[in-house]
Amino acid sequence: MSTGNMNLTLKVWRQKNNNTKGALVDYKLADISPDMSFLEMFDVLNEQLINKGEEPVVFDHDCREGICGMCSMFINGRPHGPKDLVTTCQLHMRSFKDGDTIVVEPWRAAAFPVVKDLTVDRSAFDRVIAAGGFISVNTGNAQDANNLPIPKMQADAAFEAAACIGCGACVATCKNASAMLFVSAKISQLALLPQGQPERYRRVQSMVAQMDAEGFGNCTNTGACEAECPKGISLENIARMNRDFASAKFVSEETV
Amino acid sequence: MSDINSNIPEGELTSKWTKYKSSVPLVNPSNKRTIEVIIVGSGLAGASAAATLAEMGYKVKCFCFQDSPRRAHSIAAQGGINAAKNYQNDGDSVYRLFYDTIKGGDYRAREANVHRLAEVSANIIDQCVAQGVPLAREYGGLLDNRSFGGTQVQRTFYAAGQTGQQLLLGAYSALERQIGMGKVEMYTRHEMLEVVKIDGKARGIIARNLITGEIERHFGHAVVLGTGGYGNVFYLSTNAMGSNVTAAWKAHKQGAYFANPCYTQIHPTCIPVSGDHQSKLTLMSESLRNDGRIWVPKKKDDNRKASEIPEDERDYYLERRYPAFGNLVPRDVASRAAKERCDAGYGVGASKLAVYLDFKANTERYGKIEAAKAGNHNPDKETCMRLGTAVIKEKYGNLFDMYAQITGENPYETPMRIYPAVHYTMGGLWVDYNLMTSVPGLYCTGEANFSDHGANRLGASALMQGLADGYFVLPYTIGAYLSKEISVKAIPTDHPAFVEAESRAVGILNTLVNIKGTKSVDHFHKRLGHIMWEKCGMARNEKGLNEAIQEIRALRAEFWSDVRVPGAVNELNPELEKAGRVADFIELGELMCIDALNRNESCGGHFREEYQTEEGEALRDDENYAYVAAWEFKEGVNFELHKEELKFENIKVAQRSYK
Repeated sequence: MSTGNMNLTLKVWRQKNNNTKGALVDYKLADISPDMSFLEMFDVLNEQLINKGEEPVVFDHDCREGICGMCSMFINGRPHGPKDLVTTCQLHMRSFKDGDTIVVEPWRAAAFPVVKDLTVDRSAFDRVIAAGGFISVNTGNAQDANNLPIPKMQADAAFEAAACIGCGACVATCKNASAMLFVSAKISQLALLPQGQPERYRRVQSMVAQMDAEGFGNCTNTGACEAECPKGISLENIARMNRDFASAKFVSEETV
Repeated sequence: MSDINSNIPEGELTSKWTKYKSSVPLVNPSNKRTIEVIIVGSGLAGASAAATLAEMGYKVKCFCFQDSPRRAHSIAAQGGINAAKNYQNDGDSVYRLFYDTIKGGDYRAREANVHRLAEVSANIIDQCVAQGVPLAREYGGLLDNRSFGGTQVQRTFYAAGQTGQQLLLGAYSALERQIGMGKVEMYTRHEMLEVVKIDGKARGIIARNLITGEIERHFGHAVVLGTGGYGNVFYLSTNAMGSNVTAAWKAHKQGAYFANPCYTQIHPTCIPVSGDHQSKLTLMSESLRNDGRIWVPKKKDDNRKASEIPEDERDYYLERRYPAFGNLVPRDVASRAAKERCDAGYGVGASKLAVYLDFKANTERYGKIEAAKAGNHNPDKETCMRLGTAVIKEKYGNLFDMYAQITGENPYETPMRIYPAVHYTMGGLWVDYNLMTSVPGLYCTGEANFSDHGANRLGASALMQGLADGYFVLPYTIGAYLSKEISVKAIPTDHPAFVEAESRAVGILNTLVNIKGTKSVDHFHKRLGHIMWEKCGMARNEKGLNEAIQEIRALRAEFWSDVRVPGAVNELNPELEKAGRVADFIELGELMCIDALNRNESCGGHFREEYQTEEGEALRDDENYAYVAAWEFKEGVNFELHKEELKFENIKVAQRSYK
């Protein structure tokens, strides 16, 4: 049950750092089990490279259960690979066939510079959140949680937007490298909740301004982000963000 | 018996914390602006403390090894967070949460700490809701609760199977707000490699920038470690791949006692190992035991499919052995019961190291309720299953999807196969009531400390403790120390103590890349994990532990002479990061075995085969072992035991029973 019988050819992007050019390098792998996860298959590759005295492939990963958002491989032209609604760490080799050639690249976007091999710098996302992706409430200022009933439908919708794991697949797949799905998910979560209302219009303006400053592209409604999002974040969030952004000019007393 | 002081305030248990808070020395706002606090770790315990201390006015630096503070492993907690709100009107109270936690921990936790935890639990829910954390609600708009193991009330708040994610993103957004305002300096992709001590006090850290490999010195008037648990000492666990003990272990080597290292939690409901390639294990939330019934076939080596085994040939062994709590017994009890059945030959699946977790009965029950709501009071079975499946999907959808993805089986149709796996570590750095370690000015919060869960943690209590420490406890208690430090100016980092600490860290890195041995870091990590799981896992005995200690010492020697770390020190080098962590795990593993060998009793997650009742339950020895074992590191990887006696003044210590 430990080893399998899949033979694969991998074409993996190798790049020493952001100042050097990268290239696809071919690797052959044998006896891969269909029960392995995609990252476990990379563990096998790296173990082989180390044993041969070569440098292993650097890739981001951590929880390996689909929630931390750290894994970020662009597999055969799709972020997180061929299956819908899963991250790379939850993709298993049974989704591939014996004899397949698999191309693995990093996320590609100007706002996500390559750090090394398949690892990119996604700190732009943190800066967008720091610009307004919060409710300004200091510790110790809260009233009893049940003093503020929130209709279940509304709470559920906020939760669905909040399920974003910040992996950046939306940016990677977008031909414009737009971060609108990511940004709008946080804006929607807070706009849907009563707690988020006081800062609603200020928030959308600051976050959009930061998003633009980071060099993310614009949205042209292709919808690839929604199709590739491992958490199924909806395009409706972008519509909500655009509406709030437009209304901010009229309803908000403050402009940012 | 105690030779260490836990600094528990005098007075009645119920008023200790209130009195402490109103009499603890304060730091005035202008002084806070010049006082620097270093926080290592950005999970629930670290991010909440960093945000809160910055809100209070301190200068904060926060470090994490991931690319963003939002990735900390708190994000993966599934089931929920406990709080004594009594919203369900089922008789919950601060005292009951306190009592359940002490009993659940098998009477090996400090009363005063646990009571404080129960007291602040309700504030956490208020705080998180105010931040916009979308916890589950009922149609009336109020918060919903569910049950968790080891309790008979419904006090667990949740957000589908993603509670940790939502709570962490709440703390993360509070932290990012402070970063945006310039009140927290965030250092991502940085790993702490040393604690810097000056005149006996913690005054800073040495950290490695993981991208460039540069070694950095950072000063702080105080240092807080919220660096999580050490479950990855077993190689396979439900922890994230990067979860490690290095920060806590370096602190230990600088004088912080390590308490109760042998208390590990083996979680009963995880997806079984599928092969040697396995890199980590995945938890199926304890909340599933609300609606899943655990069983094995009554016949040994029964190879029939689950669906072909009739009801009267199934052994619902938890319901049989523990009728009062049934499938909701605490984790240690449920795990041992699963191991007992599998060891006796009743396991299921290809490996025979699994039991069934079956949702059929409750799916049907929910279906009936849904049908009745729609006016159908006599639904057929198919309608019940269809409607019930929708209910189950809403409650646990993401978990079922994850299970299907990993195993290739559909859990809506066939029962899940589950087996226990390493999940949480109750042990950790010893801290006093103030959450300060035995090194003045060095604090420890969340899973990284040992404080609140005794020998076994109850489900949904880790999130509670992490946030309690970070939002509501540490921000007060650290003031008691910092109020005496207001005249201390920032110490320049060319101080000899920084130079010396840096050279220790650099020495280790250089040694690791220059061994140029023949075996990968993972090779050693897997071997360590195997020794720990076989001999210091769900069941331990004297002979096995003695063997394990010898094997680990030999492994340590082999590691330092034969590990192969490719690449250089001055670049992004994950193999080098892993090597440093595994080196620390090897030393910790030895201490865990020493601690397990020292504790001649069974309690909670620590089960010594020599000490059990006739029914196979854990047999404590309160006369000789009602203490916290706090170990001091001595030159050459040796350890000296200190004891903190546990006094139970408010709870009657009894044999734990869930029958």
